Amino acid sequence: MRVGLLVTCLVDMMRPNIGFAALTLLESAGCTVVVPEGQTCCGQPGWNSGDRAAAKALAEKLIVEFEDCPWVVAPSGSCAGMIRTHYPQLFSDSPAMLARVRALSERTYELTDFLVNIARVRKVPGTYAGSIAYHDACSGLRELGVKAQPRQLLATMAGLTLKEMAGCETCCGFGGTFAVKYSDISTHMADRKCDSIVSSGVDAVVLGDLGCMLNIEGRLRKRGDATRVLHVAEVLAGDAPGNKAKR
Amino acid sequence: MKPQSIHFRARAADAMANPVLQQNLSRFASGGLGKLRADAVADFGPQAFEELREAARAIRERSLTHLDVWIARFEREASRRGATVLFAETAEDACDLVLEICAEHGIKKAVKSKSMLSEEVGLNEALSAAGVQPVETDLGEYIIQLASEAPSHIIAPAVHKSRDEVSDLFAQHHGKPRKSDIPQMTREAREALRAHFLSGDLGISGGNFLVAETGSGIIVTNEGNGRMVTTLPRVHVCITGIEKVIPTLEDLSTLLRILPRSATGQAISNYASFFTGARGEGDAEGPEHMVFILVDGGRTNLIGTELQDMLRCIRCGACMNHCPVYRTVGGHSYGWVYPGPMGAVLTPAYVGLENALDLPQAATLCGACSVVCPVKIPLPDLMRTLREQQVDRGLRPRTERLGLKLWSWFAQRPRLYAIATRLAVWAMGWHADKSGMIYWMPFASGWTGSGKAGEGRFLPAPAGRTFRDLYARRKRGG
Ligand code: SF4
Repeated sequence: MRVGLLVTCLVDMMRPNIGFAALTLLESAGCTVVVPEGQTCCGQPGWNSGDRAAAKALAEKLIVEFEDCPWVVAPSGSCAGMIRTHYPQLFSDSPAMLARVRALSERTYELTDFLVNIARVRKVPGTYAGSIAYHDACSGLRELGVKAQPRQLLATMAGLTLKEMAGCETCCGFGGTFAVKYSDISTHMADRKCDSIVSSGVDAVVLGDLGCMLNIEGRLRKRGDATRVLHVAEVLAGDAPGNKAKR
Repeated sequence: MKPQSIHFRARAADAMANPVLQQNLSRFASGGLGKLRADAVADFGPQAFEELREAARAIRERSLTHLDVWIARFEREASRRGATVLFAETAEDACDLVLEICAEHGIKKAVKSKSMLSEEVGLNEALSAAGVQPVETDLGEYIIQLASEAPSHIIAPAVHKSRDEVSDLFAQHHGKPRKSDIPQMTREAREALRAHFLSGDLGISGGNFLVAETGSGIIVTNEGNGRMVTTLPRVHVCITGIEKVIPTLEDLSTLLRILPRSATGQAISNYASFFTGARGEGDAEGPEHMVFILVDGGRTNLIGTELQDMLRCIRCGACMNHCPVYRTVGGHSYGWVYPGPMGAVLTPAYVGLENALDLPQAATLCGACSVVCPVKIPLPDLMRTLREQQVDRGLRPRTERLGLKLWSWFAQRPRLYAIATRLAVWAMGWHADKSGMIYWMPFASGWTGSGKAGEGRFLPAPAGRTFRDLYARRKRGG
């Protein structure tokens, strides 16, 4: 299976390790992974800020870059959701592009969704020791139905205990530029999330979207809390920073 | 009601700084109506509930597609059964019509059951100014009327108040010893209201639905006050939005199955009151005069636009019950009648985009609202549409526009982008402390807040090299 890896702009800049973990997981699932070189951003910031033109320009660029990939996979529910759910909306007024857009969006997947439902992965390469809670980041959960997939994969890891925390489906308050524009509201929401994480008593909270990770981790640290915040790809690949069971 | 939505930020900040309100909100968030709905859906069967949502969506959609036809039919049927049907284009028109009715029938006191539309048009203020005493009889509305406040939730108007606050209010207004037991307090309110029911000569109700087929109005309530309001006084005015008309009783039965479940988790509300015409010959009860006032108030402007979906709303409140922003800032922050996600769309649509700039922006687009909406309104998409309209009309700050333009310019030029991100990563790394945290961000100070302990968050610093660079090195075999 040939898979185009959409690294996502945030992973590229902030946490390259997540990109490599995704690569490891896809390769160990038997995929041939290509990483289109010129990729930058899927256009979501423009789309969510009401700048259709900016979003469209970046979407067109991405479509060209990934068009020859039979599958497109991103370690992010929000970027995969942008392509899968919102690209067709973005191009709803350009019938000439729409067929191409649909064709691409239908074969675009969030990483754990792809591993479970397309690559049929039942065993992951990594090991992990400790207890974790899974936070269901919004776009993955509600736009793509990512809920059971990461849990199913995490459940195959021997040393890992998954605890469900209260409010695991409640937004952490990131919301892209919302976090900067409405800092105080966003911080309040992050605080509620941190409360749930802390009271679930786990060593680490695991999720599938880097934006939310930065929000949660940034708030936890500011509160003086050291609970680790990990991307599901890093955990599954066994590359999570500070993993005691690291290969 | 005069919109205060332009002050969203300040109001939200006040709400977050108010410990009593925060406590009330977190009580609401942790259990409350959201949980009751979830139980009701589980009971009904999630799959069956999805089908019900689709059916409800289709009914509302069908009603709106031929709204003119259904309104005409409603008018014909209601008039044939002895009711008067009036139309108001604006809030002022609506108030004027009610005042004319008051003058015609020599009305001194109006008893009201809950109506968001009457809040929308500012009916209580208009009545008081004309010397007619309006008395809210829904318990929540009664409480906020005593407190001279606006509702903070469309079905639980006093949800922002704690029991203690209500105890104080009652003690102050009822002139009786302060009580803190809820059943006792309810009894006391009921006694106070009874006198009003008996002396009110006008009953004003809202209308959850208007059935075209029979010319009937329907309200769903839990306290029975709606039934008193619509039957006891000499005159009954039902005031509601023109979009509330639905074709048939069959349609109504579907909507009545989904509305209470979505709102309060009830299989059916305690009361579903139907009113069709005035008291007829041989009827034991009912008003001598029955008037429907159908208000436009900006609704027809939405028909045929990208925002038309919003008119499907059946005012259940589920979107706000599940909204993490609403649960943080409360209903009053939104500054008008309709709070939460539905208000974030309706308010700018009705009072003007420029008068409610923050509302469609102050949302994470998390989608919790649209997945519970009984008529499947794509609320986040509509907020995005309003954001686009703000951009098109030049209503966004210049710095924000510039930032986005720059981002998109670089992101379209991979070579430059690679250099720019390399630099950004380097610069951010330089600002971080030993544990990899950045305390303050020069160009996104919103992220870190002002630097005070309670505010904002740190920014976890980038790892050091971009994926792009590391991957290129790996491919070269480095
Ligand atoms: S928008 Fe939907 S969920 Fe919100 S009040 Fe209206 S019908 Fe209910």
